[in-house]
Amino acid sequence: MASNSSSSTAQQRLRIIAGHLQKRPEDEHPSVAAQECKAETSRSNPSSATPVPKRRQEIMKWNGWGYSDSRFLFNKKGQAEFTGKRYRLSGLILPSLKDWFEGTFGANLQHKSPATPTVNLSAVAPPDLNEPFVEDLKAAGVAMSHDPEDRVFRAHGHCLHEIFALREGRIGRVPDMVVWPSCHKDVEKIVELACKHNVCLIPYGGGTSVSSALECPREETRSIVSLDTSQMNRILWIDEKNLTAHVEAGIIGQDLERQLNECGYCTGHEPDSMEFSSLGGWVATRASGMKKNIYGNIEELVVHIKMVTPRGVIEKSCLGPRMSTGPDIHHFILGSEGTLGVVTEVTLKIRPIPEYQKYGSVVFPNFQQGVACLREVARQRCAPASIRLMDNEQFQFGHALKPQVSSIFTSFLDGLKKFYITKFKGFDPHHLCVATLLFEGDRGKVLQHEKQVYDIAAKFGGLAAGEDNGQRGYMLTFVIAYLRDLGMDYYVIGESFETSVPWDRVLDLCRNVKERIVRECKERGVQFPPLSTCRVTQTYDAGACVYFYFAFNYRGLSDPVHVYEQVEHAAREEILANGGSLSHHHGVGKLRKEWMKESVSSVGLGMLKSVKEYVDPQNVFGNRNLL
Amino acid sequence: LAPRHPMLKKRDSFEDILEERRHSSDLRYALRCYTPTLYKGLVPCKASMLKSIVLQSDHLQYVIKQVSSESGDSTECVAEEASLILDEMAHRLQLSTVRFFVFTLSKAFKRLFRSVCVNEEGIQRLQQAVQEHPVVLLPSHRSYMDFLMMSYLLYMYDLPLPVIAAGMDFMSMKFVGEMLRMSGAFFIRRSFGGDKLYWAVFSEYVKTMLRNGYAPIEFFLEGTRSRTCKSLTPKTGLLNIVMEPFFKGELFDVNLVPVSISYERILEESLYARELLGIPKPKESTSGLLKARRVLSEDYGSMYVYFGHPVSVRSLTEGKITRSQYNLLPRCIPQKPSADTHEFLNDTAFRLVRIQEGNMVLKPWVLIATLLLQNPDGMDLSSLAEQTDWLRHLALAFGAFLDWPDHAACSEVISCSLALHRHLLSVSAGHVQLSVTDAPQVETTPEEAVFHQAVVVLSCASYRNQILHVFLRPALLAVAMQSANSNRKDDVYNCFNFLRNMFSSEFILCPGDSVQDFEEACYLLMKRGVLQVLEHEIVMSASGHSTLAFLSSVLDPFLQGYQVVSRYLCEETNENLTEKEFIPAVRNFALKLILAGRLKCYEALSSDLQKNALAAFLRLKAVMKVKVGDQVTLKVNKIAVNSLEDTLGKSDVISHQNSWWSRLVL
Repeated sequence: MASNSSSSTAQQRLRIIAGHLQKRPEDEHPSVAAQECKAETSRSNPSSATPVPKRRQEIMKWNGWGYSDSRFLFNKKGQAEFTGKRYRLSGLILPSLKDWFEGTFGANLQHKSPATPTVNLSAVAPPDLNEPFVEDLKAAGVAMSHDPEDRVFRAHGHCLHEIFALREGRIGRVPDMVVWPSCHKDVEKIVELACKHNVCLIPYGGGTSVSSALECPREETRSIVSLDTSQMNRILWIDEKNLTAHVEAGIIGQDLERQLNECGYCTGHEPDSMEFSSLGGWVATRASGMKKNIYGNIEELVVHIKMVTPRGVIEKSCLGPRMSTGPDIHHFILGSEGTLGVVTEVTLKIRPIPEYQKYGSVVFPNFQQGVACLREVARQRCAPASIRLMDNEQFQFGHALKPQVSSIFTSFLDGLKKFYITKFKGFDPHHLCVATLLFEGDRGKVLQHEKQVYDIAAKFGGLAAGEDNGQRGYMLTFVIAYLRDLGMDYYVIGESFETSVPWDRVLDLCRNVKERIVRECKERGVQFPPLSTCRVTQTYDAGACVYFYFAFNYRGLSDPVHVYEQVEHAAREEILANGGSLSHHHGVGKLRKEWMKESVSSVGLGMLKSVKEYVDPQNVFGNRNLL
Repeated sequence: LAPRHPMLKKRDSFEDILEERRHSSDLRYALRCYTPTLYKGLVPCKASMLKSIVLQSDHLQYVIKQVSSESGDSTECVAEEASLILDEMAHRLQLSTVRFFVFTLSKAFKRLFRSVCVNEEGIQRLQQAVQEHPVVLLPSHRSYMDFLMMSYLLYMYDLPLPVIAAGMDFMSMKFVGEMLRMSGAFFIRRSFGGDKLYWAVFSEYVKTMLRNGYAPIEFFLEGTRSRTCKSLTPKTGLLNIVMEPFFKGELFDVNLVPVSISYERILEESLYARELLGIPKPKESTSGLLKARRVLSEDYGSMYVYFGHPVSVRSLTEGKITRSQYNLLPRCIPQKPSADTHEFLNDTAFRLVRIQEGNMVLKPWVLIATLLLQNPDGMDLSSLAEQTDWLRHLALAFGAFLDWPDHAACSEVISCSLALHRHLLSVSAGHVQLSVTDAPQVETTPEEAVFHQAVVVLSCASYRNQILHVFLRPALLAVAMQSANSNRKDDVYNCFNFLRNMFSSEFILCPGDSVQDFEEACYLLMKRGVLQVLEHEIVMSASGHSTLAFLSSVLDPFLQGYQVVSRYLCEETNENLTEKEFIPAVRNFALKLILAGRLKCYEALSSDLQKNALAAFLRLKAVMKVKVGDQVTLKVNKIAVNSLEDTLGKSDVISHQNSWWSRLVL
C-alpha cells in the first residue's frame, strides 16, 4: 500500500471497502441526520431506496450465499471463474482452482449435482394466519407480506442442511408472514399485538445465522411471524464529542461502515459476514469482528441498547461508559439470540477512520511455530488489528484461489519467492503455514508496530511474505462462502465452525479435531478423505479463537447431510473434550443447544431460563434458541 | 473388549522365527540394515535431548517449585535432584547394543528353544498401529526372557525398538544393568509412594517419550514376574501415566497392545518354586547369571509370542471418561485420577490381563500337570492318556488356546511331554508320579523331604496354573453348587459371589463382573451339557457329575490352602503377630500339618497363596492391620475368620482327590 498522506489513505481505505463490498449508485446520499420515525410519513417510499430491499430474493440467492450476480463456476474450458462485478475477484479466472478442487475432494467436473433453479411454490405450505393479528397490524400500518418467496427466504440461515434442502427444493416449516417495522415504535406495536393475539415472533436481521437459529420450530403451533428488521437501517445521530453513533439495529454491516466512513468515522466492527449481517444480529449473537484487537468485540463496542420485549422496553438511563449497577443488563441481551425480544436501537462507539492501513503476511515452517508466534504476540499485547494463522491445507487452498497473473514478471517473482522459501530456507511445502496481518493507525506507528511483529515472527522462524498474500487472505473471507455453493454443484458439501480455547491447548485441539473429522468421515463411508483445516483467527490474552473448515465429497452416500451432521457433532464433542468452548461468536441457536447445560452448568442455564420466564412468559419470541 | 464367550475367538496362526536363524548367519543378521516403521507424528529427538525436554517440562518445573517451597530447599537444588533421578532412571538405547543382543540371543534361543513361534498377523497389525498412534506394549511376565525376546522380535520385524520399564533390582547387576539400559530399559524404584519429585520425573519421562512418539513404551501390567504362572492382579499406575496424554488431549489416541508370552518350560521353574517356599531368592547378580549358564544346556521346548489386537484408548474411554474434567486445571499440574477414572483404569487393566490370558498358548503338558497334581499317588499311563484326552476336549470347549499337535496319537503326545518335564517325574512300569528326581544323596530331615517334594509340586502347579483361567469360572460355579443350600439360582449365585470375593486376589476376576462371570460359567456348563439353567434353578444333568467334580478339584488346593491359613489365624496367633512374621509362621503351621499327616496339600506352603489368603481376609475385614510403632501387626477377628472357614469348608467335600474320574468311568 503506497499511500503517503493522510487524506489519500482515507480514500485508500474506502477503495478497499468498496473493492469487496457492494457498489452503490453514486447519486445516493447518506442519511445520517436524526430523523423522525417514518412510520406515518414514508410508508409508501419504494424499498429500492434502502440498501436491503424487502424482496431480498431480487438481488440475493434464495438457495445459496450472497448476491445473485456473484458466483463461482467452472467455465467451458474447465477453468474456475467468479462472476459479477462486486468483488476484486469478480470477472477473474482462477487457473489452479480446478486441480485443487479435484485433487482435494476427488471430485470430478463431469459429476454435477445442480440445484433446483427456482422455488417450488407449491411445496410451500399455505400461511396459517392469525387474522385478528393481521387486522390489527394493518390498522397500525406496518408493512407485511405472506408471499411464499418472502416467507421461504426468511425460514433459514446458512447451515449446510438448510441450504442443501433448498437446493433440492425441499421446504420445511416457513414463517406464515413477514413484517417490516420501520422504526422502534413499529416494533413496540408488533410485539404488543403479538402478545395480545398470541403469535410467535422470530426476529430476522441479515439471515446469516449458522446455528439453525432461524429455523421455525417444528413443534410451534401458533402462527409464526418473521420480524424483518432490514427497514430499520438509519444512523439516527452521530455524537462527535463522545465518539458515539446511535443506529437502528436493522442496518447491515457494510451500510453502517460506509455511511460512517462518509462522515470520516468507522466502528471497526468487521465480522466476516459484514456484507449481510445486521447490527441487531451482532448484539443478539455476541458477534466478533476481524479487527477486534483495536476496536473490540460487539460487547465492548456497545454503549447503549434498546430492546423491545413482551414486558416492555429494556434500556439503560444514560450513556455512561461503564456502570456498577449490578449485573450488566446488556449481558442479558447480548447473546440472547432473539429469545427475549427485538433489539431496535444501539448506541455504538465510533472511531475516526485510521490514517494508514497495511497488510502483511508471514510464512512459518510449520503450524506449531506459527501458533507459538501468535502466542508471543498476544503475550506482548502487540497484536495488529488482525492477525490470523492458516494451517498448511488452508495455505494451499489460498494458493488455489490465486487469480491468473497478467505479467510474466509477476509469475517469475512468485516462482522466485517459492524457490526461496522452499529450497533456500528449507521449508517443507506440506508443512509451512502462513499468518496474515492487518495493521491500522497512524503511519509512523503502523511501521513501528509492523517491525515489532515481524521481529517476533523472525524468532519463530517466520519469513515476511509480502502484502499481497496478506490482502488476498482477507479477501478470501468474503468469497469463501460463495465457494461452498460451487462445491455443492459438484457433490462437495462443507461448513465452518469455530471455538475459543486457552493458548496451551490450541495445537492439541486443532490436531485432534482435524483428525477426528478425518476419522469420522472414514467410519461413515465417505469415499475420499475430507478437507479438514483450521486457522487461528483471533488472539486474546488467555487464548485464541480457532476456526475450522470441513468439507467432503459425498458421492456414494445415501444421506450426506446426516453424515455431515454426525461428523460435525463428533467434531464439537472433540472440541469440548479438548477444552474448547461451545462457540466463540457463531452462537448456540438450536444446533448446539444440547451442550448448553454442560457448558454453563445447570444453575447457569436455570438463571437464563428464569430471565426468559420473566421477560417472555408466553414465549412470544418462540424461536427456541439457546435454552 | 473381551469377548463374552472365549471359544468364539478366532486366533492367528504361528510362524517359527528360529527356522530362518538356523539356516543363516547370526552375525550378518545382527548387522543387517534396520529400518523400522515409524510413527507418523514422530518428533525426532535423540535420547540425550529427552533429558532436557523432561527437565524443562512445565509439569516437572511445577513440581520442582512445589517441592522446593515445601522443603525449603532451593529450586536449583531440587532441580539437581530431579536431574540425578533422571540419570538413574533413563535408558540409553543404542542400536549397537541391540545388535550385540540380537547376535547373542540368536545363539542362546537356538540352544534353549526348539522353536519360537510368533503370530505374524499380530506383527502386521502392530506395524499398522505403530504408524498411526503411539503404542504401548503390554507383555505378560513369566520370565526374564520376556523383554529380551520382545526387543529381539521387534528388531527382527523392523518395528521401532521399545523402551522398557524395568525394576531397579536389575541395576545391582552392574554390567548387565548397563547393557539392558543400552538396549532400551529404564529403571524404576520398586517403591516411591510419597516421593512427589520421583513420581513427577518418572511420569513425565514416560509421557514425553509417548507424546513425541519416541518409541513404543513397554511395561508389565502385572508389575513383576509371576512366580506361579497365574496372572497377577494388574497395577494401574503406569497405565494411568500412558493414558493421561490422551485424557488431556495431548494425543489423539494411544494403542495398547497386549502380548502373551508363554513357555513350554519356564527357565526359572524351580527357582520360582524355591522362592515361594521361602528359600531366599538369590540377589540378581552378574555372577549368578553366569552360573545360570547351566540352563543353556537344557531343552525348554517351544516358546510362543502372541501379539494381540491393538486396543485404542480412545474407543475404550468412550462414554466412560469425560475428558472435559481436565479442562479447568492447567495441564502441567499433576492431578490424582478421579474416582471414575480410577475405576476405568482398574477395569481396563483387568480386561487387558484377561486378553493376555486368553492368548496364552497352552501345551498338552499343562493338562497332564493338572491331572498329576490331582493324583499325588501317580497314575497309570493308560489312564493318564484317557483322562488327558477327556480333559483336552473339555478345555477346548471352554475356549482354551491349546496347541495340541495334529495327527499325533494321544499317548505319543503324552510321552513327549513327559520327556520334556522328566525332572519332575518318575516313570516306572507304566506308572507315572510327580517326584523328586535329583534328590540329594545325603540324609535329609523329614522337613527337608517335604520341601523337596513341595518344589516339585509347586513347579508342576505353575503349569496347571496356566490353564486355570479357562476353568476358573465354571469351577467357581461347580464349587458354589456343592456348597449352596439349595439348587435355587440366587443361592448358587450368592455362593459363587462369595467364592469370587474370596479368590479375587488369587485369580483375575474383574471387580464388578460378578454377574457376567456367573452367566459365562452357566453358559459354558450348559453348552457342555453339565447343567440345566432354569428360570430359578440350576440343575445338574445326569452326565454332569464328573465334570463338576473335576472342576471342583481344580480349586481344591486353593480351598484347602485358605482353610489352612484361617485355621492358623484362629488357632495359633497371639496378640502381636506382625505382618512380617505372618508368612513364615503360616508356613511352619502348614509344614507341621503335613508332617503330622493331617494335610496332603503341599500348595498350602506357597507364600503366594498365603499372601493372597491374607489379602482376602483383610479385604473381608476378618483381619485388620494395626500400626504399632514402626511395626504393622495383624488383629484377627477370630469369629469372622471362623465363619469364613466354615463357608469355605462346606465346599471342600471332595475328600478323595480323584473321585470325579471314577464317577465318569462308572
